[in-house]
Amino acid sequence: MSGPSTYVPKSALGRWFESRLPIMGLMHSSFVAYPVPRNLNYFWTFGAILSFMLIAQIVTGIVLAMHYVPSATMAFQSVEHIMRDVNFGWLLRYLHSNGASMFFLAVYIHIFRGMYYGSYKAPREVLWILGVIIYLLMMATAFMGYVLPWGSMSFAGATVITNLFTAIPLVGVSVSHWLWGGYAVGDPTLNRFFALHYLLPFMIVGVVGLHVWALHVVGQNNPDGVEVKDVERDTVAFTPYATIKDMFALSVFLILYAWFVFFIPNYLLDADNSVIANPLVTPAHIVPEWYLLPFYAILRAIPNKLVGVVALFAAIALLAFLPWLDTSAVKSGKYRPLFRFFFWIFVVCCVGLGYLGSQEVTEGATLMARIFSVGYFGYLVVALPVLGLIEKTKPAPPSIADAVLAKSGVAH
Amino acid sequence: MIRFKSSLLAPATLALMLTGGAVALAADAPVEQPKPERQSWSFYGPFGQFDQAQLQRGFQVYKEVCSSCHRLSIPFRMLEDANGPGYSEAQVKTLAASYQVVNDDPNEKGEIFKRPGTPADIFPPPDSFPNDEAAAASFGKAPPDMWLLAKARKYERGFPNFVFDIFDAYQEIGADYIYAILTGYTKPEDTQWNLYYPGHRIAMPAPLQDGQVKYTDGTAPTVSNYAKDIAAFLSWAAEPTQTERKKIGLRAMIFLIVFAGLMYFTKKRIWADLH
Repeated sequence: MSGPSTYVPKSALGRWFESRLPIMGLMHSSFVAYPVPRNLNYFWTFGAILSFMLIAQIVTGIVLAMHYVPSATMAFQSVEHIMRDVNFGWLLRYLHSNGASMFFLAVYIHIFRGMYYGSYKAPREVLWILGVIIYLLMMATAFMGYVLPWGSMSFAGATVITNLFTAIPLVGVSVSHWLWGGYAVGDPTLNRFFALHYLLPFMIVGVVGLHVWALHVVGQNNPDGVEVKDVERDTVAFTPYATIKDMFALSVFLILYAWFVFFIPNYLLDADNSVIANPLVTPAHIVPEWYLLPFYAILRAIPNKLVGVVALFAAIALLAFLPWLDTSAVKSGKYRPLFRFFFWIFVVCCVGLGYLGSQEVTEGATLMARIFSVGYFGYLVVALPVLGLIEKTKPAPPSIADAVLAKSGVAH
Repeated sequence: MIRFKSSLLAPATLALMLTGGAVALAADAPVEQPKPERQSWSFYGPFGQFDQAQLQRGFQVYKEVCSSCHRLSIPFRMLEDANGPGYSEAQVKTLAASYQVVNDDPNEKGEIFKRPGTPADIFPPPDSFPNDEAAAASFGKAPPDMWLLAKARKYERGFPNFVFDIFDAYQEIGADYIYAILTGYTKPEDTQWNLYYPGHRIAMPAPLQDGQVKYTDGTAPTVSNYAKDIAAFLSWAAEPTQTERKKIGLRAMIFLIVFAGLMYFTKKRIWADLH
């Protein structure tokens, strides 16, 4: 998509520098001249929103780390010290804790958008897989971040998740002890989680760099799922068109974020995390953060621990194989009526699993969780491969320009 | 999964068995468990602020009743908070000096000693219960530290209420729970029976009686008023910065809405020449 840069610096100094390190040309070709399909809808603004959230999390996180104490005896107090005594500490902490949820909200919209419009299909397989890796890193980072305040839900969550590794045959228990740095979750666990919680976001930055690089090689998918044929007719320049659209979408997203931070900052925070961790007292009802609930529900739906753990990881790993599981040549769900039906069932399964993950285990809830789990895996490994073979798709427009003109009703 | 959970929660089960027969007794007392009702709080919503007189009454209830068993791990100086109880510097100094606190460091003879408190000191633990174990020995369960209690208590909102709570900015779950518990001792013959406590068997015997605390501002000395005032006071103690948060939040919201509007019209203008 983006060939050699045509960027020419205006000043002599700029030209001198550009011939030695063409970083301005790289910026120019990536964020100014980069051609963007002109038919993108607002679901395509979440890339920019996610970039903003990643930076916001890193900035607030680094300042929080200056005040936080990663030790089992001090962590809980130090978080309250941030809330009460550090200037604007409450703001930093609420921006960071609610920011994690906003980050996941945006990433889920981003992922479902990709799944609906077939953004994972050739030539974007590597782009998609890099996205799945980012998602996995985000979950690991968020999970470890949730442990740091050392509340009783932090402790219970850390115990449940690290105990998953005991399901590994033969070496499971040893692996868990190694992860804990002891015989149970404790001070060494908290310390290493803090170290990793600080490290992983920078790994995310690295993979995001690759994600953006891959995107700029193959170009963006679009709601009609047809590739750019004529750069003149089908695309607009990233700046100012996509830039201002992203800015608008980001400001609307920030209104939602601010509502949570300033007016309902504790809505997503479990009350049990305002109780200091105590290995002898476990919350009556252990729930992970909302963004991990669907996977928690899958885990609980399966009676065998090892199979449950395998299913949990398979639920995430399978996403990486989507480009090959979906056999249809048509990308966009817009032109695949039957696919759309199954896609929305999949969405209902994900939301349903999320709700059940937050509820106490009852016979009815377990049954529903099993049905939704079958729906989740069924969509990925049965519906998608089969649909591509049997589905009668609607004709996609010959080009992006044609799609735009058809929509605005202008004859050409 | 059940098997796996029970194995990893073994310590928890043990702890539950140790901390009173709440669970066991629940089985033979199948009384309907109502949800706490929502009260009207001055600090509810984006414009809500604490009622200073109410916080002062709440502190009075804490000092005269709750403090005989419950810690409150906040420094005395916090009571000067203008968004909170707003006591004067002199009042807080006098109050602090009326407590004996353990000095952090020993004296020159190497002895740990007590001295009168200063505003920077944290409220000392109740005299009768120097530590959690001592408290647990008499009640079967240690009375929790009250500094974060209003954030540490909840009741299940259930679907669809939990969705409405987002738009409604409902953050007073803890205060409603505390009020419900304190007014939930509805069986006079059994002071450890509570309508709202899970299983109805609560370790804390009914702590409040009408007329127990003498209010000086004319507020009726009823259990209901005590319960409301202490719940408000604890909501402040759990999150003293919330007034500042809401004030900044309103400005941030106005800025963001105007900014988003400007972005919208700029976007329209820029895209207009494309079509």
